[in-house]
Parts: sequence; structure tokens; C-alpha cells
Amino acid sequence: MESKFYEEDKLLVLKITSEIDDYVVQEIRRKADYEMERYMPRKVVFDFDNVTFMDSSGIGFLIGRYKFANIIGAKLEMTNLGSSIKRIFEMSGILKLIPTVD
Amino acid sequence: MFNNEMKLEFISKSSNEAFARVAVAAFASQLDPTIEELADIKTAVSEAVTNSIIHGYEKKQGVVKISSWLTENEIIIEISDKGKGIENIEMAKEPLYTTKPNLERSGMGFTIMESFMDKVDVESIVGLGTKVTMSKTIKPKEEKDEDEFKMLMSNN
Ligand SMILES: Nc1ncnc2c1ncn2[C@@H]1O[C@H](COP(=O)(O)OP(=O)(O)OP(=O)(O)O)[C@@H](O)[C@H]1O
Ligand SMILES: [Mg+2]
Repeated sequence: MESKFYEEDKLLVLKITSEIDDYVVQEIRRKADYEMERYMPRKVVFDFDNVTFMDSSGIGFLIGRYKFANIIGAKLEMTNLGSSIKRIFEMSGILKLIPTVD
Repeated sequence: MFNNEMKLEFISKSSNEAFARVAVAAFASQLDPTIEELADIKTAVSEAVTNSIIHGYEKKQGVVKISSWLTENEIIIEISDKGKGIENIEMAKEPLYTTKPNLERSGMGFTIMESFMDKVDVESIVGLGTKVTMSKTIKPKEEKDEDEFKMLMSNN
């Protein structure tokens, strides 16, 4: 996962660069929480551009980060969802909690 | 009846999830599926295999088995474990139902399998294990081309 923090906007962009399944999500989760705690951003954008595969582990991951973001007072957004990933998020209703942006 | 068949066994380590779904997808590719159809199969396999590992065997080690068959235009995939089994299958299939919310599971696995495959059948006996059988029709290329042609014509 690549992380970039924009100080002036207090914006943290987390670009996921691997597949998302139950095995790799543990590492992504650790890294995301670490970066969010380190920068205390106002907004966190998850970039899915490089995600070639995701299963339901991704839903649990995002709900978990959504709860964590609420604790630190940050807003979450998602960007660059591929069609299969979008379908999975739509099914779960998560798009109502976490908006997608271009 | 079947044109082809394969079997796969591996121990219940989550690091095997990627291997399992890629292996089934490679087998399915003999039916010449679209990229979307292949992605659907991979996702459904990942859901069932992950369930066997994290719910069926929990922290214990066991064996996950996959059998798959190809007919002219259909893939059938059976994924089974000898883990703890499911008490109430109907309830387990409900969207958002999970027994492991603390592990950040969302209870969407069965819903995803059902939406990405044509048919999903679950058999389970508490204490003995669980078997998920799924199938998906892969349309032959000519039919897909015809569909595309029809869509193009109706759009114009
Ligand atoms: N192979 C299995 N062995 C034992 N229990 C299972 C098995 N597969 C599913 N279950 C039970 O069914 C429930 C629902 O499964 P489902 O895959 O829909 O959701 P989940 O795995 O809890 O969450 P998600 O798949 O969204 O990460 C599980 O929480 C578990 O209790
Ligand atoms: Mg599951």
C-alpha cells in the first residue's frame, strides 16, 4: 500500500497495491491504521486503481476503517473502483456510508 | 456427461486462498469465459474457501477440497471442509449475517456467491463439515457475439 499525506488539506491518500482477500487484508489493515494514526487526517481516500481482485474481506476492511475514522474524526472516500469491486460494495450497502469520488 | 474434471486439496492456510481461486479460474478458462465471468468465478471460490478456513477450521488445521467439472457450457465447483459445520444454513445465507464480526467479517460471502454464480447449494452437518456446490453457465463465444450484435442494433 502506498500512502501520501497532503498537509495543507490534511488529506491522506492510501493506494492499495495488492489483491484484497482474507490473507493480505491483515497487512493492509495494519498499515492503514498505522498511517491514519500517524497523520490524524481530516479525510482519507482509498484508491482502488491497482486492485485486481477483491472479495468480501474488502467490505469488512472498509467498515472497520470507517469506524476507526469516526473515532479520529476523519471522513472516508473511495476512488477508482473497478466494476467487480463496485458490485461487491453495492451489494453490501457500504456506498451509503463511504462515498466514491473520481 | 462431463468433458473434464479436476481435484485439488490443500491445508487450511489463508495464504492458499489466492492459489485456489487462480487454479479454478485457470481450469474454467477452457470454456473461454469473458473477463467478467472469470472474475465472478474467482470471487465465489475465494468466498467459499475463506469460509472453510476461517469458520470451518477456525484456528485448527484441516484440509480444504475442491472438485470441479466442465460440461459443454457449464462449470460446477464443489468446495468442502471437514470443519465444525453450520447449524442454520438459511440464517447463514442471510446478507450481513456473520458469527465473526470481531474479525471484521461482514456476512456477505454467501450473498456474493449467490449473485456471482447461477446456483449455490450448501450442505452442512454440525461437527462433520460443510460442502458448497456452485455452478455457472458460460455462454459460448458465438452466442455472446450475437448478444452484442443485438444490443448494438437496439441502441441505434
Ligand atoms: N465452511 C463453513 N463452516 C462453518 N461455518 C460456516 C462456513 N461457511 C459459512 N459459515 C457460517 O456462515 C456465516 C455466513 O457466511 P458468509 O460467508 O456469508 O459471511 P462471513 O464469512 O461471516 O463474512 P464475509 O464472508 O462477508 O467476510 C459465517 O459467519 C459462519 O458462521
Ligand atoms: Mg465468508
